[in-house]
Amino acid sequence: MASQEMEQLVRREYKQGFVTDIETEMVPPGLNEDVIRFISAKKDEPQWMLDWRLAAFEQWKQMEHPEWAHVNFPEVDFQAISYYAAPKSSEDKPKSLDEVDPKLLETYEKLGIPLHERAALAGVAMDMVFDSVSVTTTFKEKLGEAGVIFCSISEAIREYPELVQKYLGSVVPVTDNFYAALNCAVFSDGSFVYVPKGVKCPMELSTYFRINAENTGQFERTLIVCEEGAQVSYLEGCTAPMRDENQLHAAVVELVALENADIKYSTVQNWYPGDEEGKGGIYNFVTKRGECRGDNSKISWTQVETGSAVTWKYPSCVLKGKNSVGEFYSVAVTNNMQQADTGTKMIHVGEGTRSTIISKGISAGRSDQSYRGLVKVLPGAKGARNFTQCDSLLIGDQCGAHTFPYQEIANSTAQVEHEATTSKIGEDQLFYCRQRGISEEDAVNMIVNGFCKDVFKELPMEFAVEAEALLNVSLEGAVG
Amino acid sequence: MLEVKDLRVSVEDKEILKGLNLTINPGEVHAIMGPNGAGKSTLSAVIAGRDGYEVTGGSITFEGEDVLEMEIEERARAGMLLGFQYPVEIPGVKNVYLLKAALNAKREHLGLPEIEAPEFMKLVREKLQFMKMDNSFLHRSVNEGFSGGEKKRNEILQMLILEPKLALLDEIDSGLDIDALKVVAEGVNSLRDEGRSIVMVTHYQRLLDYIVPDHIHVLSGGKIIKSGDKSLALELEERGYDWVIEEAAQ
Repeated sequence: MASQEMEQLVRREYKQGFVTDIETEMVPPGLNEDVIRFISAKKDEPQWMLDWRLAAFEQWKQMEHPEWAHVNFPEVDFQAISYYAAPKSSEDKPKSLDEVDPKLLETYEKLGIPLHERAALAGVAMDMVFDSVSVTTTFKEKLGEAGVIFCSISEAIREYPELVQKYLGSVVPVTDNFYAALNCAVFSDGSFVYVPKGVKCPMELSTYFRINAENTGQFERTLIVCEEGAQVSYLEGCTAPMRDENQLHAAVVELVALENADIKYSTVQNWYPGDEEGKGGIYNFVTKRGECRGDNSKISWTQVETGSAVTWKYPSCVLKGKNSVGEFYSVAVTNNMQQADTGTKMIHVGEGTRSTIISKGISAGRSDQSYRGLVKVLPGAKGARNFTQCDSLLIGDQCGAHTFPYQEIANSTAQVEHEATTSKIGEDQLFYCRQRGISEEDAVNMIVNGFCKDVFKELPMEFAVEAEALLNVSLEGAVG
Repeated sequence: MLEVKDLRVSVEDKEILKGLNLTINPGEVHAIMGPNGAGKSTLSAVIAGRDGYEVTGGSITFEGEDVLEMEIEERARAGMLLGFQYPVEIPGVKNVYLLKAALNAKREHLGLPEIEAPEFMKLVREKLQFMKMDNSFLHRSVNEGFSGGEKKRNEILQMLILEPKLALLDEIDSGLDIDALKVVAEGVNSLRDEGRSIVMVTHYQRLLDYIVPDHIHVLSGGKIIKSGDKSLALELEERGYDWVIEEAAQ
């Protein structure tokens, strides 16, 4: 490719706004109105957005840090955190894969990450990653033809203010919880997806997103809207281990599905879990909620969680539309000193609403894991149905698994089922496999993957394979 | 092929095997019989390498190699396979997956590449048919919800596919009705080969009507107290074990 063409491609990329061209800058630690004004100004936001942030900040100051989760971590000093850091410039990044830590590359190899994505994931300067740039551009054109808007939330605020104003904060209100309020005040960036009426998004918004996933920052904000009859499948995150200098991550994700719309949201989360003692790991406190606003709409959450030192996350569905459907499929793995309190909420508002919860928790090492799930059926939800299956698998005898199911049923025609099991990878099972010549590590992987298969089959094909590999890597050395 | 010399084994400080000797040559079929609690299952467990058994003396060698120094999976890959009395259930793991992983582990040990999918399926279907098992077995979880007979047939199916040099069958006849016993016995008999040895641990003479051994040993009090040919089984059936034990005590 001629260097001129290359340059053009790169410039177009900049123009499209996924990589902003702000010079490297960082505000000093601390949180006050000036910092929020600074963030808003840097992003060239309209006045209404700034007002919204400031109002959220006022609310947040009145709120108290929640203590109910089954996790332990030192108090977070919100004045010690820096709330704005511009993306690294190309000069600071490695110029090619040769400059990247070989250990990281080894992990990509193990996870089976496609070659053309490795450079982007390793943070190699974008203008060096020829393949990715062209791939990205092709995707962008295809989406444009279908009328799908897919851009950073910052760009959406500038380019599509009516859509953002209509939907932002409409599923997760500003005052929903402590970390959601904080996110509203200081969110850094994230994604915006809008699928117009009757359009089926022509591709999984996954590969595209992965290539562009760098530097979304610690306070991510995502909004996905599907108009009547629209469909989209979105995958966030990545099986490759992600390191970040910021310890606290508090994202908010909002999904809106109108009549007959269908949103599938898959997450693979592999933030740095800290060392074997849990030092230096990420705190991941996320608010994710989808609203099935229209009749017959459907929202499905699938998550594979293996990273972070402390995870606190409950992707939920508010089922307002008649006969709307909510699904939650989750595999959470904790090893070493990791802690996770995760689950879902299914709020049945409309008639004939249905929800399914399949949660698989795997604890190893000295980790501690809780499933926390709420099934709530409001008086109007005639004939609502829920099925919950919640299984825990323990590896070793120093880890913990807990289940906190809540059910609030206010309509007598509702049917709610809950099944739960806790099992241990038995010595007997390992002996049986090894006596067939299978190594102990392969035997553990085989048993764990078997345990998770109900969830893996919900993942987009390409990720199901990677997710299996990810589990194997996460549990390396968990036995023996 | 297998040489057990003066083997002493304790479980939780209680001595179970008290100087056991056993020699198995290639191509031979041996049956080990004896009263309950004699140490029959302990012997097969120790050869296979199960945890919880402390070897306090003696040796086990397989083709000249020190078995007690080998990991469980190394023993299996070297060709020693145990047919379990109580096959273990592994929820979520399909039979076909376990079979393939096991076969490939063996192939890797032999320096062979992984088996191609069509070749593997052909092999598996052929063996399934031989064991009168339905193809749907492959997609069920390992032993989960299997009847007693299905579990035992599955053990033999694995043997037919993995082709061990030494098959240790621990009470392979327990819990089988006569039809299932015939199928299992046919499977075991098809394994008979001049290069392969089979050791059966059993309570009952009945099994030996279908799989006729070359040698029979009586294990009692942690030792083999009498060995003989197949006629010994009939004598045991008629007269029980007491006379052998008395004879040995003299």
